[in-house]
Amino acid sequence: MAPILELRGITKRFPGVLANDHIDLKLNQGEILALLGENGAGKTTLMNILYGLYAPDEGEIIIKGKPVQVKSPTDAIRAGIGMVHQHFMLIPVFSVTENVMLGEEYTRAGGVLDTMRAANKVKEISNQFKLNIDPYALIEDLPVGLQQRVEIIKLLFRNAEILIMDEPSAVLTPQEVEELFKIMHNLIAQGKSIIFITHKLREVMECADRILVIRSGKVVGEAVPSSANPKKLAAMMVGRPVELNVQKETAKPGKPVLNVENLTILAKNKKVEVDDISFEVRAGEILGVAGVQGNGQTELVRCLTGLMKAESGKISILGKETTHSDPREITELGVAHIPEDRQKDGLVLQSPIQDNLVLNTYYQKPFAKGIVLQKDAIIKNAKNLVRAFDIRTTGPGVPVSGLSGGNQQKVIVAREFSRPIKLLIASQPTRGLDVGSIEYIHRRLIEKRDAGCAILLVSTELDEVMQLADRIAVMYNGKILTIVDADLVTKEELGLLMAGITTKISAKKRKARKVREIVT
Amino acid sequence: MSNQIQKKEKIIREKPENLRQVIMGALFLLIALFIGFVFIRTTDTLMTTTFVMTPGGSKATLPDLVFNTRAALIAISALCAILGVYQLIKGFGKATNWILGFVGILLTTSFLAWGAGGGSINVGGMLRVAIMRSVPIVLGAFSGILCERVGVTNIAIEGMMITGALVGSMFGSLFGLWTGVIAAIISGGLTGSIHAMLSIKYKVNQIISGTIINIFTVGLTSYIVTKILQVAEWQYLNQSGFFPSYSIPLLSKIPFLGPIFFSHNMFVYAMYLLVGILTFALFHTRWGLRLRAVGEHPKAADTLGINVFRTRYLVVILGGMMAGFAGSYFSLGSLGYFEQVMSAGRGFIGLAAMIFGKWTPVGSLGAGLLFGFAESLSTNLSILRFPIPAELLLMVPYILTMVILAGVVGRSQGPAATGVPYEKESL
Repeated sequence: MAPILELRGITKRFPGVLANDHIDLKLNQGEILALLGENGAGKTTLMNILYGLYAPDEGEIIIKGKPVQVKSPTDAIRAGIGMVHQHFMLIPVFSVTENVMLGEEYTRAGGVLDTMRAANKVKEISNQFKLNIDPYALIEDLPVGLQQRVEIIKLLFRNAEILIMDEPSAVLTPQEVEELFKIMHNLIAQGKSIIFITHKLREVMECADRILVIRSGKVVGEAVPSSANPKKLAAMMVGRPVELNVQKETAKPGKPVLNVENLTILAKNKKVEVDDISFEVRAGEILGVAGVQGNGQTELVRCLTGLMKAESGKISILGKETTHSDPREITELGVAHIPEDRQKDGLVLQSPIQDNLVLNTYYQKPFAKGIVLQKDAIIKNAKNLVRAFDIRTTGPGVPVSGLSGGNQQKVIVAREFSRPIKLLIASQPTRGLDVGSIEYIHRRLIEKRDAGCAILLVSTELDEVMQLADRIAVMYNGKILTIVDADLVTKEELGLLMAGITTKISAKKRKARKVREIVT
Repeated sequence: MSNQIQKKEKIIREKPENLRQVIMGALFLLIALFIGFVFIRTTDTLMTTTFVMTPGGSKATLPDLVFNTRAALIAISALCAILGVYQLIKGFGKATNWILGFVGILLTTSFLAWGAGGGSINVGGMLRVAIMRSVPIVLGAFSGILCERVGVTNIAIEGMMITGALVGSMFGSLFGLWTGVIAAIISGGLTGSIHAMLSIKYKVNQIISGTIINIFTVGLTSYIVTKILQVAEWQYLNQSGFFPSYSIPLLSKIPFLGPIFFSHNMFVYAMYLLVGILTFALFHTRWGLRLRAVGEHPKAADTLGINVFRTRYLVVILGGMMAGFAGSYFSLGSLGYFEQVMSAGRGFIGLAAMIFGKWTPVGSLGAGLLFGFAESLSTNLSILRFPIPAELLLMVPYILTMVILAGVVGRSQGPAATGVPYEKESL
């Protein structure tokens, strides 16, 4: 049978970059094809070409054996191609039905909306694919998992045959990801075809029928999950062998470094963001904070680093109370901070690398004498750090904005690690980074831990927390539901906790199961 | 544990509601006290007030209302106090805003009764004038609603209005009133297209674009007036006259209310019609759905094949036409000729009405009527015993708008993408 979609020799050049280099791709009806590749490999560019957002410089698109021109999203929709964007294209103040029918409205004479008929159709689609969506709910009232289903309904409403999903799991909890995979299988069972874009190996292995690996704009390999080897796939993706599992020894916790007691933080609108939490982090251990984005982690980190005021409770670092300290006082105690949003809170984008590397020490010797900056010392420092931390750049005078995400993160890590620190607060340290950079950052974190630094690691990536942390705290709705040893908990249990479901499994049972898992 | 979380969440969510309830209750009580201490104490027991119920415009009137000032004030004060106590103890819930409006009316009535104590005031006439005064404000607000709903901030309403007023007067003088109105609408559309071009194509900061248009049009129209229209031989260009008023059969015969609402010139009826048309078009048609989508999330609209730029152009120009029509009211609906800066800030007041009305046509009509009433009241102040200058009273509606913007009376939030130029994604 001829493939439902075929791309032949698609090439796209942007000034100075070859984003897609003669890419060939075939999608069969009723299959899930995974496009695997690092950030910047050209996956999204390729899909934007297919969806009519970019025009290709060369190559052709063939649907059901016929070449088609896709010049705009409208053309794509007409050709039966639909896209679930990474950032949802939904209007929060509109109802599900209004969002779904937008652009393809059901109307009576004179352009008057026939919302009822459209809502019935939404209901019908929802039932057919077991999506469980109320057509009259407002988008802003729905959790992200359901919002994503509305995006899928939008495509089905337009009779899309080919569904492109761009990093669909990035915003979901592990349970929601499971649900999504079920829905994807429902879809292909009913004859739809799916292109699934991701850089997460595990998901590819779990749900794809076929895998296409893309690196620097080229197809570098094809595989089938049943016979594929994750390590080999990762190497294909990155272009060199990669260590997927973090190598670390058992932690040797020392004295408590960070103490948090009954901390409560309110948002500006008086909503409780962090709700009466207590914990401690000891020297030489990593405490991981797991949780779905938006459950108070951001506020917790901002408060610990002095960027936000606590409503009540007490924070002390190395025995000194810092609840009301400002960021500089906290920094000078030996606290390092890798912020969640590196471009907003971590760097001055327009400034050169050398200045960004001394943002928290510029006023101290040797970088300043009185009120005068010592340029030589700053440049020398930058040259050393660029070498030591392998920051890929043409020189320390380049603005940080010109670096890739991974190298920007290395600048922050270099700055924070280049002075003696006792406590590291790292928030989403590998967000948006490719496998290679993730591996690098992880190694650095473990090194710091082994050197006796206390580390608070906040991450929404469950894999990351499980691999790095010695103990794991799960945050849900501003509370720490539980703190467990990383060795004594399964991914499923953490997933449930992240969704706010507290299971009562005794530690003993847990241990027993863990042993069984290792055996099997 | 999850139960506890829920409980806490509930308390948190209810907190601002509770706070609002208390603030409102206290406000009602304060008003009662104010009436008691300021109005009642300064009123003689035997003083009477006469409310003249003759709106003018037709003969459908009610007999004059004569009552004892002090007794009326006491009754109103007591009513406010009762409402306040009820609000504090039980709360009116969703009806709170309506009760607030009612208390506002009570306060105004008590003020009029007190101010006209020992004399009379024509309440009917004042209300009729309020309707007329609200026309440019409401139509200006509609212009703002169109533009902001599609995602373009329009503070150039004032400039579009003044353009419409001048063009309307000149074409009206030459070719008749209706041609004048059409020319005013077209000129507003042209001014709107300048704003559209600057803010959509060239992505100029929309506040700056609007400000430029305001300054430019005020300067240009004033120049034309002083250099041309005031020269004797050119004066025939500025003698349009205005639309006669037309009493709607039957409706205008309703005593008291008839002349207030249904004995005006066509601008007032156009305003009534446009409220309905605009509400229907915005919220019940494909056109409106797409327009609002573009104003809320242009990228989402784009990915569904809606042309963001074209939609914005069309609607901003339409908004300009609306403002041009509003402007023609000054020359063709009220004065009969053009005068320098005759719009006198009504475009900005229209914007306030738009915000007050939460970006809906019906809400803006209500807000516009309130502002119109404030204007009408302030012109009547000279006959009242009121110790404060009229200009201060004129400020009250705008202070109210600021209070509303600060979120005390309820959330008022505009379309999400307003003021942000749309750019197609690039690498």
